[in-house]
Amino acid sequence: MNAANYLYVSALLFTIGAVGVVVRRNAIVVFMCVELMLNAANLAFVTFARINGSIDGQIMAFFTMVVAACEVVVGLAIIVTIYRSRRSASVDDASLLKR
Amino acid sequence: MLINNGLVYLIALPLAGAAILLLAGRRSDKWGHILATLLSASSFAVGLLQLSQMLGRPTEQRAVEQKLFEWISVGSFQVDAGLLLDQLSICFVLLITGVGTLIHIYSISYMSHDHDRRRFFAYLNLFIAAMLLLVLGNSFLNLYVGWEGVGLASYLLIGFWNQKPAYATASKKAFIMNRVGDMGLSFAIMIAFASLGTVSFAGIKEAAPHASTASLTAIGIMLLVAATGKSAQFPLQAWLGDAMAGPTPVSALIHAATMVTAGVYLITRSNFIFDAAPTAQLLVVIVGAITLLFGAIIGTAKDDIKKALAASTMSQIGYMILGAGLGPVGYAFAIMHLLTHGFFKAGMFLGAGSVMHGMDDEVNMRKYGNLRKFMPITFVTFGLGYLAILGVPPFAGFYSKDMIIETAFNAGGIKGILLGSAALLGAGITAFYMTRVMILTFTGAPRWDEKAHPHESPILMWLPMAILAIGSVTSGFLLSRGDALVNWLAPLFAEHGEHEELLKPIVVTSLALLMVAIGVAIAFMKYSRSEVSNTAPEDVSFLTKIVRRDLLQDDFNEAIFMRPGQALTSTLVKTDELVIDGAVRGVGSVALGSAGALRGTQTGFVRSYAALILIGAVALIAAIWVVTQ
Repeated sequence: MNAANYLYVSALLFTIGAVGVVVRRNAIVVFMCVELMLNAANLAFVTFARINGSIDGQIMAFFTMVVAACEVVVGLAIIVTIYRSRRSASVDDASLLKR
Repeated sequence: MLINNGLVYLIALPLAGAAILLLAGRRSDKWGHILATLLSASSFAVGLLQLSQMLGRPTEQRAVEQKLFEWISVGSFQVDAGLLLDQLSICFVLLITGVGTLIHIYSISYMSHDHDRRRFFAYLNLFIAAMLLLVLGNSFLNLYVGWEGVGLASYLLIGFWNQKPAYATASKKAFIMNRVGDMGLSFAIMIAFASLGTVSFAGIKEAAPHASTASLTAIGIMLLVAATGKSAQFPLQAWLGDAMAGPTPVSALIHAATMVTAGVYLITRSNFIFDAAPTAQLLVVIVGAITLLFGAIIGTAKDDIKKALAASTMSQIGYMILGAGLGPVGYAFAIMHLLTHGFFKAGMFLGAGSVMHGMDDEVNMRKYGNLRKFMPITFVTFGLGYLAILGVPPFAGFYSKDMIIETAFNAGGIKGILLGSAALLGAGITAFYMTRVMILTFTGAPRWDEKAHPHESPILMWLPMAILAIGSVTSGFLLSRGDALVNWLAPLFAEHGEHEELLKPIVVTSLALLMVAIGVAIAFMKYSRSEVSNTAPEDVSFLTKIVRRDLLQDDFNEAIFMRPGQALTSTLVKTDELVIDGAVRGVGSVALGSAGALRGTQTGFVRSYAALILIGAVALIAAIWVVTQ
């Protein structure tokens, strides 16, 4: 099977994620879209590793997973705190810092 | 020169009085006036003691000095704070402390209803101390300190009732016009130091013969500017009339007897400069001649008794300046007129104060009339002063003024004739306006308001007036008997040869008396024969209107100096606002505006930031892709 197909899937997933971050208001959904973009990037890394016959890309994928795990911890903590104080998980409501 | 360490007490006593009264504040309200009077009197006593000691010494040892402390010591510039009491200073010391003490006594009663009487006496003592420093300083720089001190005291006292805005303005006017003169004095001191290397009287007297005429002329002209400021001479004369805003004792002491004569003192003291600078000396006599006529003419149209006397003071000081400008032959006569004038003008001002005291502070002579019945003592003392200022023999003014007129005629050539005629004419006009004052105030029908209850003043007020009246009668005779004052002052001035006489003394005297008689006669015809209205008539000639406006002196100053000055300052303020502030504000508003515009991009919406990041990333990658292709 042609390795380039994986790259197309990766690009498609990334685009879905990016569009989701921009258009969705719910912080949880935005967060999931960010995860989707990270996984799209992981898929691209792994695919390139396979194409080039080196394991650098696979190592990078592990790094990304670790970073993503950390990000989930911090991000979910922030979202829960905002939801508690404002009774809303909409990212548009959390715009107080502009003043 | 002999050393005498007692001189400092002359100044220290009244200065201590001023300090105590000002620092003790309201606590000294009860006894402040008595302390001030006693300290002024004790200063007078020290002066008398000094005079008696001075009389006991031979002529060449009469001057005494006291070094107070080393004041300035910078390279070649050495000035000690030192006092010098010589034949000239002692005249002033006795005049200042003597007349000053009398006026202190007078003020105890005159100011008794004023709740700020203590402050008034503090300022009076301050003035006495500053004036004594002025006449006792042994260098121009020491004199300058006193010069500024009397200016300050004058300012404080003119504006003593500064709750009235007009009076506060008058004090500012006097102070500012005096500053112009003070600049002249400071320039004179600077030029003297630059060209002669010293500022002490003795040092300059020694250095003057070797100095260039140009620098001496410059010093002389600057000293003349100083004298015109302090002595209210043309062209810096306009402040004196307004200075009458001060309480009447102040007008008597500062603006008649002592401070305004400081200019005459300055010129007489600097005789060695003026003798060597004929141009400056010529300017001095011109200023004197113009002012004596100027003041006399203003005096003819004044209805305010104090302003009429102020105009007369200006005119009489014009005589003194004229005398002082005539060189060695005139100095002594200038000083003699200064001393006699100190008596009779102070006496007349106190008389005017007494009239005001009895008439509820009314100063308009058109609202007086027939006061001699109600104030006999004031009438007699004022009348004696009047006879003295007219120059009727044997009253004081006759001796002093007559000698100045005579000396003016003898100045030689066309100059002598012009100066002599001006002085003669001035004597005639003086007789006219002083007679007018007498007639309007003391004779004729009463023209008072119904509320007025004229009454004689208490003894504390008429006693000083009586003593000054005695001075007005006798001082001229005593000072000129056997040329007493001339011989007394002679060692200070250069020798002068015999002048050829243009007119015999008896001719000059007769001419002067004739002029006085004409002046008196015109005044009688105009004011005694017919009813005087209690308001100033409106349908008067153009000339009268000009004279009533003080010969346009204020209009001139306002048109030439004040309005252009105001225009300049307002232009500068506008320039400052538009150009300098405009640049600063412009930078600020550009920064603010651009920041405001940029702030619009910061919406605070996470999604818009994310979209921008995305667009940016895509654009970056596209750019890299385009470039690498």
